[in-house]
Amino acid sequence: MAQAQTTNATTEAHGGAHADVGFPPFETETFGGQLLWLAITFVVLYTLLSRLVLPRLSGIIENRRGMIANDLDDAAAMKSRAEEAGTAYEKSLAEAKGRAQALAQETRAKLSTESDVKRKALEADLNQRLAEAEATISGKKAEAMSHVDAIAHDTATAIIERLTGKAPAPQKVEAALNQIKA
Amino acid sequence: MASPIEQFQIKPIIPVINFTNSSVFMIGAAAVIVGGLLYATRKRAVVPGRAQSVAEVLHDFVANTLVDATGKEGMKFFPLVFSLFMFVLTANLLGMIPGFFTVTSHIIVTFALAMLVIGTVVIYGFVKHGTHFLGLFVPSGVPGWLLPFIVVIELISFLSRPISLSLRLFANMLAGHIALKVFAGFVVSLLAAGGALTILAPLPLLMAVALMALEFLVAALQAYVFTVLTCIYLNDALHPGH
Repeated sequence: MAQAQTTNATTEAHGGAHADVGFPPFETETFGGQLLWLAITFVVLYTLLSRLVLPRLSGIIENRRGMIANDLDDAAAMKSRAEEAGTAYEKSLAEAKGRAQALAQETRAKLSTESDVKRKALEADLNQRLAEAEATISGKKAEAMSHVDAIAHDTATAIIERLTGKAPAPQKVEAALNQIKA
Repeated sequence: MASPIEQFQIKPIIPVINFTNSSVFMIGAAAVIVGGLLYATRKRAVVPGRAQSVAEVLHDFVANTLVDATGKEGMKFFPLVFSLFMFVLTANLLGMIPGFFTVTSHIIVTFALAMLVIGTVVIYGFVKHGTHFLGLFVPSGVPGWLLPFIVVIELISFLSRPISLSLRLFANMLAGHIALKVFAGFVVSLLAAGGALTILAPLPLLMAVALMALEFLVAALQAYVFTVLTCIYLNDALHPGH
């Protein structure tokens, strides 16, 4: 300790420049050795880094980058597929709706034609029956009207018989009736 | 007590092959870099763990710095720039451990690294662009009478690059370690002095702690500055036209 302090004091007395030590970075006789070992070390370091470490490191980073890009691509592809499926679904839905509407319309049209036909048939039937009934009525009426003469004849004959006590001749009655009718 | 510059002394270990404490820490830095990065990437995980995240951050950080300065084509220098950054950073940070030697506190080391950068720039520039590389010293759009001066200025600025690049790193590391040692030395001196001075001992200790934090910042920052300037100089080799 005492010796060290003495050395220190001496150093200070000499203005910091120790005779033995000098200033190490400027001691040129050490340069050769430092350069030699720096060259060896740096060449080995450079070789190991460029051949072994850096390819591995950039490989890892590239691999990850590629993986992320792939995943993003996959996601985009899946999204577009989902969108396609969505459009397809909407299209088929619209188609189905259209078909349902067409079917409904068709059915409605068919039903209305059917009912029209039925109605027409019914109407025709009714008309026919009406016509038949009218024909029957007019027939009955004509028949009835044809009986009127005979009834008038009989009635007139009966009245005259009661009034006169004797039946008149049919020809005379007929002639009298014809006279009235005319 | 030891002098503040004793820590920078080169101590021979195997003198025959010039193997010294400096060599130990150079090899140590390289071993830490390669071993650390190999360990960090051993799983090659898609979702990185902590160590792998650090390795990836370092990789992307250097790659971004390089691409920002030189564009995509600068990536051919990526192994070199990454090696330089990692070597300087690790050497600086290893030197922060008390008792450890700081490789980058020697001008010859930083100058050699700077010359490696400038050498790469010059050789690649001439190989790739031939004499067109000299266009670096002749900015376009300068009036004729001014051109000689400009060329001289450009030449001087180009030649001073390796000096400024190496001196900046060397001086920062050297000064920081000296300052740390001086303040740490004050603590010991004050404690040894006894009496009222002993009470003052915590003050330089606080200073030393604060300086330690600053030196960690400087260690990382100087590695970054060295790397950024390397990238900017490499850009000249890739695109010599101003």
